[in-house]
Amino acid sequence: MRTHTRVITAGIAAALMLLGTTACSSNPGGSPTTGGLTSITVRGCTPQHPLLPVSTNEVCGGNVLDATEAKLVHYNSDDASPELDVASSIDTTDAIHWTVKLQQGYMFQDGTEVKAHNFVDAWNWGAYAPNGQVNASFFEPIEGFDDLQCPADQADCTPAVTEMSGLKVIDDYTFTITTTDPTSNLKVRLGYTAFAPQPDAFFADTSDGKADFAKTPIAAGPYQITEHTDTQMVLQKNANYSGKFTGAVDQVTFKIYNDLSAAYNDVVANNLDITDVIPSDQLVGDAWKNDLVNSDGTPRWGTKATGVIQVVSFANAKQDPGLTDVRIREAISMAVDRAQIASTIFNNARTPATGWVSPAVDGYKADQCTNCVFDPTKAKELYDAAGGYPGTLSLWVNGDGGHDPWATAMCNQITNNLGLPCVVQDTPDFATLRDKIQKRELTGMFRTGWQMDYPSIENFLAPIYATGASSNDTDYSNPQFDSLLKQAAAATDDATANSLYQQAEALLNVDMPTMPTFYQASQFGFSTKVKSVKMTPFSTFDFGSVVLN
Amino acid sequence: MMGKYVVRRLLMMIPTFLGATLLIYFLAYAMPGDPTAGRCGDRQCPPSYVAWFRAHYGLDKPFLEQYWMYIQNLFRGDLGVNYYQNTVVHELAIRYPTTIKLAVIAVLCEIIIGMAAGILAGISKGKFIDSLVTVSTLVVIAIPVFVLGSLAQMVFGIKLKWFAVTAGDGTWRQLLLPGLVLGSLYIAYVARLTRTNLIENLRADYVRTAKAKGMSTTRAFGVHALRNSLVPSITYIGASFGGMMGGAIVTERIFNINGIGGLIWRSINQRDGTTLVGAVVVLVLIYMFMTLIVDIIYSWLDPRISHE
Repeated sequence: MRTHTRVITAGIAAALMLLGTTACSSNPGGSPTTGGLTSITVRGCTPQHPLLPVSTNEVCGGNVLDATEAKLVHYNSDDASPELDVASSIDTTDAIHWTVKLQQGYMFQDGTEVKAHNFVDAWNWGAYAPNGQVNASFFEPIEGFDDLQCPADQADCTPAVTEMSGLKVIDDYTFTITTTDPTSNLKVRLGYTAFAPQPDAFFADTSDGKADFAKTPIAAGPYQITEHTDTQMVLQKNANYSGKFTGAVDQVTFKIYNDLSAAYNDVVANNLDITDVIPSDQLVGDAWKNDLVNSDGTPRWGTKATGVIQVVSFANAKQDPGLTDVRIREAISMAVDRAQIASTIFNNARTPATGWVSPAVDGYKADQCTNCVFDPTKAKELYDAAGGYPGTLSLWVNGDGGHDPWATAMCNQITNNLGLPCVVQDTPDFATLRDKIQKRELTGMFRTGWQMDYPSIENFLAPIYATGASSNDTDYSNPQFDSLLKQAAAATDDATANSLYQQAEALLNVDMPTMPTFYQASQFGFSTKVKSVKMTPFSTFDFGSVVLN
Repeated sequence: MMGKYVVRRLLMMIPTFLGATLLIYFLAYAMPGDPTAGRCGDRQCPPSYVAWFRAHYGLDKPFLEQYWMYIQNLFRGDLGVNYYQNTVVHELAIRYPTTIKLAVIAVLCEIIIGMAAGILAGISKGKFIDSLVTVSTLVVIAIPVFVLGSLAQMVFGIKLKWFAVTAGDGTWRQLLLPGLVLGSLYIAYVARLTRTNLIENLRADYVRTAKAKGMSTTRAFGVHALRNSLVPSITYIGASFGGMMGGAIVTERIFNINGIGGLIWRSINQRDGTTLVGAVVVLVLIYMFMTLIVDIIYSWLDPRISHE
């Protein structure tokens, strides 16, 4: 007995000793305000590609370029609707021949003027195959794009043509675009980062892949990158900024975090001013809303609906004959209670999807997916009538994305409601999942997600479901669908185009190549230094909206 | 004598080093998944980009040719350019100082706290202080490092504000708490190792003889028992230094430290073999040098161990 007491005392003393040894205090400093200039720190991550508009296709670089690049068109930070920025007009009568007029006196950060050739040359450079740019495919609609590419059977080549025939400089402030096929939403597309202009300094850079220029690129946006290291990227207000979308603070520092939780903890402790992502474990029981609250009870958090949709794709019939019958796919979709998963797993940070298009874009129509309505009885009937699925159904997700909880819940519902054994298969990481999807190695179902590039209903349909499209992971092909997309692209008024796109979307409900699961919203938090901040439907920061305390 | 031994050991490092690079290079090469597969989100990368990428990083060449090119560049001090288009030398140069700082703090904690606790417990075997050390080290060993790290960050960083919450700038002050967390497990082992060895040696014949000859207890203990008891602990501390450099991935993530662990983790995720091989090769070198240093200290502490 005596020993027992001693052990307990020792345990308590050990705890005290641990407190004692760590008691050398240090007081972490807050965010600096230098010489009357306002500054904030925001969470950043390491850009995967050089910081060039035609190279950047992911959020780490995208968040930065969003603040530094000015494009012909700017997306409204509330509803993503396109507004003219560098362009003073973009006109067409047939959705093929476009005339772009630029504002005069719009300046790059280095004081040179943005002229028509800065756009045309930048796009030609981006589209030219030997330059190997990730975003090259965005120039595909422009006439002559194919002349700048290598033949399909040849990986390496040097096309003789370096300029797309569809681009013509008329004068310093005017150029024309000709598209190969009618592209009614071209104006909306022109707001995507890849279509940003490049200053003469860019073309003068002779380093491999313009790597020197990309360290601290010069652009025409409200902010300029002044420092770019492995731990932070400093953006300062562009003194030459000529547009209307001015930032509210003088300096923005993107601090690089490798881990979301570390950034979150720094915001809670006021060492970081804004984080654009809340780690999923903090969403459970709304823990983050309790952490992020001022002493007077005002919230230090916010949410914003974004153009992101999560989808579960069915392997096509060639990969998985068990899924050939559409009734099986309908049954699986109907057997999933999206609302329950949204509330229990995501605490309603995600909302059940009712179609294939995000509500954040023009052209969205609710309830397009009637098979997404939870109906276990009908699901079981359909499933039995179709003769069932042989064996165990796999649901593939990437193990590094925190997808296990919802995937497991979804599998359980499928098993319970259909009597079909379902198992979650984790790949070690995102790259492995994409690799397996691209090689068409998977059977069963797999997770795919889509974040819009530009705010158009077309962006949720054409790249994913058109025959042979670059992100058509299920090899979906329906001539009627393709034809509706074509007609929509040729329609010169938005209402007609949208209605045709919606008809195409309705076909997905008939064929069920994928089942929509959730619309995603972004959750963000800020320090006590920030009074309010907004995020855009693209999950990027709206630096014009920052109000400091 | 010693000089000859050191030279022989240094020479032995060359084949070990080459073997290690070949092995690591092969493992990086054999990692499943195409490096371009995850680089375009849910979109398939344009063929022009894939072609450029493969040519640019030499991925279109056969394995042995890639490795031969790598080795040639290695001897020129060129570790290649990684997928972020930074030179690997640069990536390592900015991260190794931080990781070494972190490991130094952890090792100092090991030596100061671990050994002191072990010695205290050893000389007062069965008393309160002994139970205190035994129980507290048991607790630390039982708790996984990510729990300990997150807990320490929450309590000492966010709630009590004694330490920096994260250590993104990598200053000594910021690295104190992560260093302690990283060292905690090793501290516990060192304390236990020192304690057990000391207790054993205190009972040894030579200590009793020394005392019987009239040597003071302090001297018998300090010169004879303690010195012998430290041999295994020193070995352990030396080996732990190498382990800490590459094994700090969890601690580095929790405290946002821009170190080698995070770099290795990131390069595995990105299938970035160039960075991976560079980072691990330097780790191998550090490990080999640490073992050499430990072996030298060894023979100094215990002259019976001869390097002949």
